[in-house]
Parts: sequence; structure tokens; C-alpha cells
Amino acid sequence: MQYINNIRQYGLLIVFGIICLIISLITPQFLTVSNLTIIVTQVSINALLAFGVTFVIITGGIDLSLGSIVAVTGVTAAMLAHPDSYPVLIPIVMGLLAGLLMGAFNGFIITKSKIAPFIVTLGTMTIGRGLALILSDGRPVSNLSDSFNYLGSGTVLGIPILILIFILVFAVCSIILSKTVLGRYIYAIGGNEQAARASGINIDRVKLSVYSISGLLAGLAGILLASRITTGQPNAGAGFELDAIAAVVIGGTSTAGGRGTMVGTLIGVLLIGVINNGLDLLNVTSYYQQIVMGIIIIGAVVLDSLNQKSNS
Amino acid sequence: MPESDQKIIHVKDLNKSFSGIKALDNIQFDLYPGEVHALMGENGAGKSTFMKILMGLILPDSGSINFNGEFIENMDVHKMLKKGISMIHQEILMVPELTIAQNIFLGREFKQRFWLDEQEIDKKSEEILNLIGLNLNVQTKAKQLSIAEMQLIEIAKAISNHAKVIIMDEPTSALSDKECELLFKIINDLKSKGVGIIYISHKLEEIFQIADRITVLRDGQYIATKNTYELDKNSLISLMVGREIENLFSSDSRVPSNAILEVRGISKKGKFENINFEVHAHEVLGIAGLMGAGRTEIARAIFGLDKIDSGEILLKGHKIEIRSPKDAIEKGIAYVSEDRKALGFIPEMSMIENISLSNLKNYSKGGFIQTKKETKVSSQMADDLKIKAAGLNQKVMNLSGGNQQKIVIAKALLTSPALLILDEPTRGIDIGAKHEIYKLINQLANNGLAVIIISSELPEILGMSDRILVLSKGKQTAILNKQEASQEKIMHYAIH
Repeated sequence: MQYINNIRQYGLLIVFGIICLIISLITPQFLTVSNLTIIVTQVSINALLAFGVTFVIITGGIDLSLGSIVAVTGVTAAMLAHPDSYPVLIPIVMGLLAGLLMGAFNGFIITKSKIAPFIVTLGTMTIGRGLALILSDGRPVSNLSDSFNYLGSGTVLGIPILILIFILVFAVCSIILSKTVLGRYIYAIGGNEQAARASGINIDRVKLSVYSISGLLAGLAGILLASRITTGQPNAGAGFELDAIAAVVIGGTSTAGGRGTMVGTLIGVLLIGVINNGLDLLNVTSYYQQIVMGIIIIGAVVLDSLNQKSNS
Repeated sequence: MPESDQKIIHVKDLNKSFSGIKALDNIQFDLYPGEVHALMGENGAGKSTFMKILMGLILPDSGSINFNGEFIENMDVHKMLKKGISMIHQEILMVPELTIAQNIFLGREFKQRFWLDEQEIDKKSEEILNLIGLNLNVQTKAKQLSIAEMQLIEIAKAISNHAKVIIMDEPTSALSDKECELLFKIINDLKSKGVGIIYISHKLEEIFQIADRITVLRDGQYIATKNTYELDKNSLISLMVGREIENLFSSDSRVPSNAILEVRGISKKGKFENINFEVHAHEVLGIAGLMGAGRTEIARAIFGLDKIDSGEILLKGHKIEIRSPKDAIEKGIAYVSEDRKALGFIPEMSMIENISLSNLKNYSKGGFIQTKKETKVSSQMADDLKIKAAGLNQKVMNLSGGNQQKIVIAKALLTSPALLILDEPTRGIDIGAKHEIYKLINQLANNGLAVIIISSELPEILGMSDRILVLSKGKQTAILNKQEASQEKIMHYAIH
């Protein structure tokens, strides 16, 4: 699988370019460094979730628990991030660990019980939300240390840390997917799970890996969100999983599995960000923005299926 | 053949190109009522394209199609169905959760006012099943049926649709001998009722048994139409491939050496019982038996796809336990499944990626795939097996059945197995590719591989095997040497 493996992605890139061009013609503030920085910062949380769930969706699965993992890990990290309690590394590590464990839990149940990922992660979504409320006693966890809060608001060499993490995670994920054995196995399982098993692939291990990666990245997103809003919110992240899945689908990944790329997801994430930002700049209310977004999701998939038909 | 009758179908000078490449070049074809007209040709000869045109799925570029004395233009699927053309597909399309009766009348349900008249649907379905001598409860759900039963029900559906022409595409590929007999009986009934049948099959024996006339296509071109009695097997093959294939099996004499696989008393409840055999290096062991005799189940158990309840499996003299296909591959066992589409390959992946899939460990470092090495080794293997693809990155789903099968074999061979199990290795592939696969199997066995071949085609089993294990209803009934084996003997033990 190459980075850009079909015409569809060029098509998506062109659509993305045209939309950027139109918005920048209408509103001159769009194409400024500060506005573009805002866009990328805004989409970075969604991007982390979308990159993680791309792996899952290519295996033919789904992860609905992402938003709840964001809440659990955000609350966990925040509880350990009060000033003068622990070094900042502790809340970060524990938050990531919590995400990893929840993801691994999904993977474990899915592989051992053979229950559909949709059902299992729906259950985890509810469990996770409850867990976040219990941990935080139902209240936002505030009063966090400056060094923790710096993660979500600080910069390195003038570039926001969020953006740096975004770029780093993208690079790692796209290398995993396109260059490693794990990546190849992910495509193989989504393409034909039975044949993958008969080819000697350890299906359970690969699935455990993808749900763990998805959980880990959701954990990272949860920590960064808590840092950015300087509180651990037990109600944070509700519905985030659907935004992430939308970005993946717009990016051309098939929900049936076996087909998709990280670049596609990246473009999907940016497209959502640019359109939201453009509509903001044009003073379109958020009610209409939701309608526009829905049309784009359906439109992208319709284009995709037309493209598939013309290929075969 | 009733020359006096009017032709049901008369096709003249049919042409069709896909993006500049001629798929059909001046095709001529006709069909009389009550006739079985076989359409023969290798994969890629244009049979499917031609049938799709007759079904109204695609439009021809030029040429005329006359149906029952009426020229047909702007054909579409509904029009053709209404005119009475039905096709029994290779892949069966039934709704698993609906009953046999509901499936037969799907889309044409009987109604009383607004409500479905299930009783009428059941009654009419029963009549049709009785008509073709199929003894099944019409309220059985489709998911409980065997592939053979579904195929026969597809025929029932065509009859219920008052078909004047039935196209059968490889109808016997999943049928046992007994079911084939039933099918042929049904075909004879249909003939006597004046239905015309276009029959596509790679099995030459049954063509000579059932066809009245044979039309041969090759590389999209019309080659000839002959009465069946004018042809024999060799002359038909040479029409199809354009050259003589001297000896299809060309089996060499070999001396088996040390035992690679020893199977001792393995059983799996409801599948097979107390199976004992050995396969040696430099040897091909054939496994014969009717559908459901347990052939594939034994292969799946040896390969770790299913678990055995009791018994021992020894590889090169050591007792082994195989928990998964991964285990089996690591220990030197490779399996090429009878069900190419389900277990064989990843359709969205390229040839290179499919061939290397079982062996990626050897073409990776620290989890990273060494693409150059992978491409080199895979394409070398593809060359050795004469796999024809438009490019290295062409998706396997776009290749012909024969090439797909070779890719699955290439993947198995790349794991450097000591034992290769081939389950129906030539099902649904053309005679040219068959010949190449036979040559390859011989070569592999000569080079010291232990090979197991499972096949429903007795000539294939007889032609390829050094010894033949015969199964009947899950039990082994004989192990025959090449010298003593014959079709009659195998059948005798298979229905034991």
C-alpha cells in the first residue's frame, strides 16, 4: 500500500484544495498563519482519535468507546496533576496507561468472545462514562499544575505542543500502517479475515494491538484535552468518537475494512476543521454547520462508492 | 437435434470491447428448444461477457440478438427475465434467513390484498420441488441448505419463472456425483419440456455426457460450433487451447523416501473417525471420497483450522500439536484451500502482497517490511509459476481464477513447506492453467516435497497420485496403490 494509493485520494485532495481556495477568496482572514494555527490546534484532539480508530476500521472493526476513554484518562491525569503532588510525568503516564488498558480491554473481549466490536465498544463507552463520573465524584477536577497545563497551551520553538504531537503521531501511525508487518496484517484482516488466519496470521494479537493503539491515542487525547481546558471533565469527549469516525470515512477508509490510509484520515480531519473554521468566519451558526458536515460525510461516501463501481 | 424447430436464440456477429480491448469478436451462437448447448473456452475466452450480454447486464457494441424470432435491442435484466432467460450462477444468491419457498418466489410473492399469501407460496414451491424430484421441506431456511441443494433450488426458481432458456454456469462444481445425476435428470426433463439450456463447465466428461452441441470460444473469438458426436476429448481441448495438450497429467515415477506426515487414529466427532495414513517425501497422496466424506475436514484439522478430538499427528517422526494455521506453517505444513475466495487470498491486496503474506517474517526487520526483498522474492515466485498479471500492483480480485489459484499456491510454497496439502487445486480453472498446476505438482514431488491432493475429479486423483486414500462417510475404506487404482475401484470404496 502506498501513501496515496488511489485516484480517490487525489480527488479528495483536490476537493480540499478547492474548498480552501473558496473560503480564502471569501474571507481574507482564512489564509493567515494565526488562523491556520488555530485550525490545526482545534482539530488536533480529533486527529489523534481519528488516527487511532483508522487502524481499527481497516481491520473491519469500530471503536465507539473513544469519547469515554477521553473522559476517563482526562480525569485520571487531572487527579494526579494538582500542583505540588507528583512530577508532571506521572499524570501523563497514568493517563496513557488508563487509555491503553481500556483499549486492550476492548480488544480482549472482542477476540475472546467473538462479539461484534460495535456491541463491545458500546458497552465500554457506557462503562467508561460511569468510571469517569465515579473517579471524579461527578465534578470537574480542577486546580492543575502549570507544567501540566503547559502541554495543551504551550509552544516549543514557537509551535504549539499540540501541533507537534499531532504531526508526530501522524508520522508514526502512517509508518506503522504502510511500512510494518503489523500494518500489512491490519489490511489483510480487514480484506479477508478467514484467509488471513489461514495464511498464518495471529488474528487475535493484531486485533488486540489495534484496539490498544486506539485506546492509547484516546488516552493521549484525553490528557491533552484536560490540559487545554485546565480541568478533568467527567463529561468531556461525549460524541468525539463519531467525529473521529466521520473524519476516517471522509478520508476514504472503507467501514467494511481492508481499505484506507492515514493520509486520507489526515485530509478528512483537516477538511472538517477547515469547513468548520470557514463557516465560523462566515458567521454561519453552528446549527447549520452540523447540516453541512452531515452532507459532506454522506457525499464523501457516495463519491467513494461511485468510484469503486467505476474501478470494477 | 430438432432442426425444424425455430431457434430460441440466434446471435450474429456480436462484438464487445472494454477500453479498447476486444472481449468478444464476431460471436455466432444459436440455441434450439430442448437442446443443451455447451459453451466452452478457457478462462478469459469471453464466456462470461457473452452470458452477461444475454442476461442484459451489459450492452454489446454491435451485432444482433434474436430471441424467439424477435430482434432485441436495448436489453436490460428485467426485459430478459420477462422474456424467459434465467441464469444459475456459480455463486449462489439466496437470502439465508428466508425459507426455501420465500426464496423461490422472492420478488414475485403471491398476495391476498395487502398481505403475503405464505400458504400459496409454500404450495407452489412444493409443486416445483416435486416436479424436479427434490425432497426438501419448503419451510427450511436457506442457511441450513448445502451448496448443492441451493443450486438445485436456483433451478427450481428458474422453472417457476417459466424460463425458456436457462444458463448454467459451472452448475456441478459443488455437487457430489449423486447430486450431479439428479441435476442431469432435471436437465433431461427440462429438455423434454422444450427448454433450451446453455451449459458452461470446465469438466469435459460431463459435457460429453449432456451436451447436444458445443460452441468453443478462445480469446474472445468464435472458434467453432460442432455436434457433440463429431468431437472427442482431445479434439475439443485443441479447439479450446489452440494446441494439443499431449498428456494432461504427465506423472513421473518416483520413489517415496522417509515419512513426512504420519496420521494415527485421528477423529473428530461428526466429521471423521480413526483415520490412519502416511505421506512420504517424493510422494503424492490422493484423498478421494464423495462430498461430505470428510476429506476437507481432515485437511483442515492437519492444518490447525479445526481441532481434533483424539489421535496423533507426527511430522518427520515427531509428535506435534497444531493449534492454529500459524503453528502449522511454522512447522512446515502448507494448505491450499478448496474455497479460494473465502480462505485463499486478500482481494484488495496486490499479487506481491498476497504471495508474501504467510512469510512476511523473513522479509522484515524489526517489524518493518523490507519491500525490495519482498518484491524480488514474490515476483520470482510469480515468474516460476507463470502467473499473469497486468502489473505487480494489480489487485488480486481483478485476476482470473487460474491466476488467483496460482497465487495461493505461490504463497504456500514461499513458506518452504515439507508437506503441501492441495484441496481441489483445479476447481473452476481452465485446462491450460490446470495443465501447468499438474506439471508444478509433479515437479514439487520429484524435488522431495510430500503432497496431499484432495479432489472430486477422479481422473485428476488417478492421474496425479502415487497412492490414494479413499474415504466414505468419515471413515477410511481403502488405501490404493497407483497400479491397482481405477475409477470403478475408488467409487466402490467411496460408497462403501
